[in-house]
Amino acid sequence: MREATAPNTMAAGGKTGSGLMKRIVKNRALYLMILPGFLFFVIFKYVPMGGLVIALQDYQPYQGILNSPWVGLKHFRKLFADPQFFMILRNTLVLFAMNLAFFFPVPIILALMLNEVRNQLFKRTIQTMVYIPHFMSWVIIVSISFVILSMDRGILNELLVMMGFEKINFLMSKEWFRPMYILQIIWREAGWGTIIYLAAMAAIDPGLYEAARMDGAKRLHQIWHITLPSIRNVIVVLLILKLGDVLELGFEHVYLLLNAMNREVAEIFDTYVYTAGLRQGQFSYSTAVGFFKSVVGLILVMAANWLAKKAGEEGIY
Amino acid sequence: MVQDKSIGSRLFDIANCTLLALIGLAAILPFIHVIAGSFTTVAELASKRFVLIPTKWSLDAYRYIFSTNTVFRAMAVSIGVTTLGTAFSMLLTSLMAYGLSRRDLVGRSGIMFMVVFTMLFSGGMIPTFLVVKALWLVDTYAALVVPTAINAFNLIIMRNFFQNLPEGIEESAKIDGSSDWGILFRIVIPLSMPAIATISLFYAVTYWNTYLPAILYLNDAAKWPIQVILRQIVILASGLAADTSGLDDYVRPPEQTIKMAVIVVATLPILIVYPFLQKHFAKGALLGSIKG
Repeated sequence: MREATAPNTMAAGGKTGSGLMKRIVKNRALYLMILPGFLFFVIFKYVPMGGLVIALQDYQPYQGILNSPWVGLKHFRKLFADPQFFMILRNTLVLFAMNLAFFFPVPIILALMLNEVRNQLFKRTIQTMVYIPHFMSWVIIVSISFVILSMDRGILNELLVMMGFEKINFLMSKEWFRPMYILQIIWREAGWGTIIYLAAMAAIDPGLYEAARMDGAKRLHQIWHITLPSIRNVIVVLLILKLGDVLELGFEHVYLLLNAMNREVAEIFDTYVYTAGLRQGQFSYSTAVGFFKSVVGLILVMAANWLAKKAGEEGIY
Repeated sequence: MVQDKSIGSRLFDIANCTLLALIGLAAILPFIHVIAGSFTTVAELASKRFVLIPTKWSLDAYRYIFSTNTVFRAMAVSIGVTTLGTAFSMLLTSLMAYGLSRRDLVGRSGIMFMVVFTMLFSGGMIPTFLVVKALWLVDTYAALVVPTAINAFNLIIMRNFFQNLPEGIEESAKIDGSSDWGILFRIVIPLSMPAIATISLFYAVTYWNTYLPAILYLNDAAKWPIQVILRQIVILASGLAADTSGLDDYVRPPEQTIKMAVIVVATLPILIVYPFLQKHFAKGALLGSIKG
């Protein structure tokens, strides 16, 4: 009667020697199942983390990690002294701030709107439409943008001319880069982002709305006082995750938009790492840059999580 | 919700639905414009009469892009990578997810932490590249699949799904003498088809959209998937992007119709498959999101 005793072993604090070994052996098939995936994480996620040490070396590919000279914080010092560093930092932070201010609320608002729709067919139709861009690669999104915004027969410029305005060189100008970047993100992700909020809203007790209505609350009031507060912890969790993403998100997107004309506002850490590292072969330096970026992201996530917990919300850990 | 018939409420509904309709249209109009534009002639596009519906139908653009091997080859690569990659990813992910879903597994939370941590911090582009290089994967098709085999988020979704299966099933199978492998393949998998279908689709879309691994790890242009070719033609050929390496097949900047046709070709499989599977996508994202 193995089944009857197994739970008892656990309940009795099965960390006793023989109980533990028994459980491991009993589950050996499960460990075998986990093994390939586990190896994947070790090889492609954790070994590269260990590889970050080359940021402290003058890594030479032919010498490998063990034989390359150690230079301590030289690359980090070089990074902070690099005149481009502040430009890159500024660009990254500005794009992130814009993302937070302009993109983050959109799925929430859109979800609030969708949540108010009673006709299920209409609701599902709109959802189908706004989910589509999420499945398109950034290459496709940027390509479509190029085709539409092009100076040479792009439909938007044609419309501008027809209305009597001058053509605008969206793709090459510094001024339009940031708006274009945010609008593309909104186009691609706003719809898909509503899913998790809608799920949370579906869990709200209808009785609350009933009571509010009886008290004479208007629709907007109901949204503000019932729906929004009920999804507050979802918003907080997603905000924290977004912070972890901050310096991470967007390489493909920005890389595709980057050109000589808008580099001053478009170059971010990731594109700089790619250019300096893989194009110019400055392995150690670019790793230092990437390392800096990852660490800052991690610190931001931990700070945001701590803040959230202080404010009484659930964090992500 | 009980019907609220006040005027204010109705006005709200009208305004809300109108706005939503506009938003929905805004989301798909660019696609319609591009798809329609690909089926017309260059002259038609230039004549400025065209916005959404071509008055003159033509397959010129498609004839042109299929006149050389490039697009065919890239499509074949993408199809191959998508099918094999999805199969490989699903195998690894499902096995690991099932193992991690068994609550009495020793070390379970440690391994889960290891997985979740990778969502917060990573070694970065260069160290990962060096690992891929050290494994002799550079310039191979495997480089498009193996380094991205498991997506932590998908793994968590699957694990949560397996975890929520009724416990009685596993127990009664064990009493009947079934091994863990038996349980997995004969009972759990058939019961999990919705989750498997959904996660497979997530992976498939990701593989079809492969771009970054291709430019990082592939030097041989013949191995490029469709997204890279798309970029060559639409973005680079415009002469606007940062690096102009590898422009060999198309010498002069391609016409708008050609760019649109390539976009359609790169998007087609997703657009075709999408209507049938949209509800699975949404449900799947839900499965793990809240708990994960």
